[in-house]
Amino acid sequence: MKTLKTLFMLTAVVLMSTGFTTVNDVGGGYEIGDIATDFSLKNINGEMVSLADYKDAKGFIVIFTCNTCPYAVMYEDRIIALDEKYKDKGYPVIAIMPNNTQVKPGDSFEAMQKRAKSKGFGFPYLIDEGQKIYPQYGATKTPHVYLLEKTKKGNEVMYIGAIDDNYKDASAVNTRYVEDAVDALLEGKEIKEKKTRAIGCSIKV
Amino acid sequence: MTSSCKNDPKPTVKNESQVTAVSEDLEIFDYEGLAPLLNMKDDKTYVVNFWATWCAPCIKELPYFEELNQNYKGKNVEVVLVSLDFPRQYEKKLIPYIKEKNLKSKVVALDDPNMNSWIPKVNKDWTGAIPATIIYNKNKREFYERSFSYDELVTELRQFIE
Repeated sequence: MKTLKTLFMLTAVVLMSTGFTTVNDVGGGYEIGDIATDFSLKNINGEMVSLADYKDAKGFIVIFTCNTCPYAVMYEDRIIALDEKYKDKGYPVIAIMPNNTQVKPGDSFEAMQKRAKSKGFGFPYLIDEGQKIYPQYGATKTPHVYLLEKTKKGNEVMYIGAIDDNYKDASAVNTRYVEDAVDALLEGKEIKEKKTRAIGCSIKV
Repeated sequence: MTSSCKNDPKPTVKNESQVTAVSEDLEIFDYEGLAPLLNMKDDKTYVVNFWATWCAPCIKELPYFEELNQNYKGKNVEVVLVSLDFPRQYEKKLIPYIKEKNLKSKVVALDDPNMNSWIPKVNKDWTGAIPATIIYNKNKREFYERSFSYDELVTELRQFIE
């Protein structure tokens, strides 16, 4: 199939290239079972954060999110709750803001600091300066979740997608995709739904 | 019974069980209600754009869809703008926007929170980012998770009508 071939080629190009300036395409990105790249990104307190810093973590709830997307805003409290629930169980939330801040000044580093402070984020809120990380993950929108599990091979992608199945109303949620996935990992069970979809704001390049 | 002027539709509510906001100026669907619009079997070519007033790249390209509708409606082309605005903003933002911009294309609102169930039905490759667009007729269908310029839209559309 032509598209598959193109996808494969694109992935190959991504893997081979180290410079990596032009790939903002939807084509690349991780599938379930891939090993996710680590990074060193600036947190709102000015410190650089890497997954490798978390010696005791069992995995990570990596969430591409931002200040300005209304969907991301509607999920803020639920992201805070996810972190509070799972940080101590070994799966902290790592939030990454992927947008080009020239295009979205409301997502500037200063705006991120303000938002994190006013909402009381208990998790790192990192800026993807230069926009080099989100294309490797294949994130296309905010919010976009990648649940990773530490394995001998590296941080393996276990779940990709939405936080739950009702953006509008946290109390009307039927399925908590991310919670179910983390719970499955904690219990050593198979994750039932490994990929889900939701509307979100395209990442601004 | 449809009013002859598309810009001023009568109160129409489909699938009342799913409708959370009722407006006199807007058709509001859940996915089941919208699906027929994505699967028309007549002789027209449909350009269906998923957008929202809060989505900056959507607002940027919206005039191109309007222009396309204007320039190609004589060629059996219909543009449908499917708004993903939040129901609580239909009255405050969406309807005022439609009026202020005097949108001529058909505008409908999609309100269906269980996105994981309907996004793959729109297109299996859609990750859920907007803007997104479908161009289709009874013979051919393409899906685009991207933004368009007017010229790019015309280039795509021509593959359907020529």
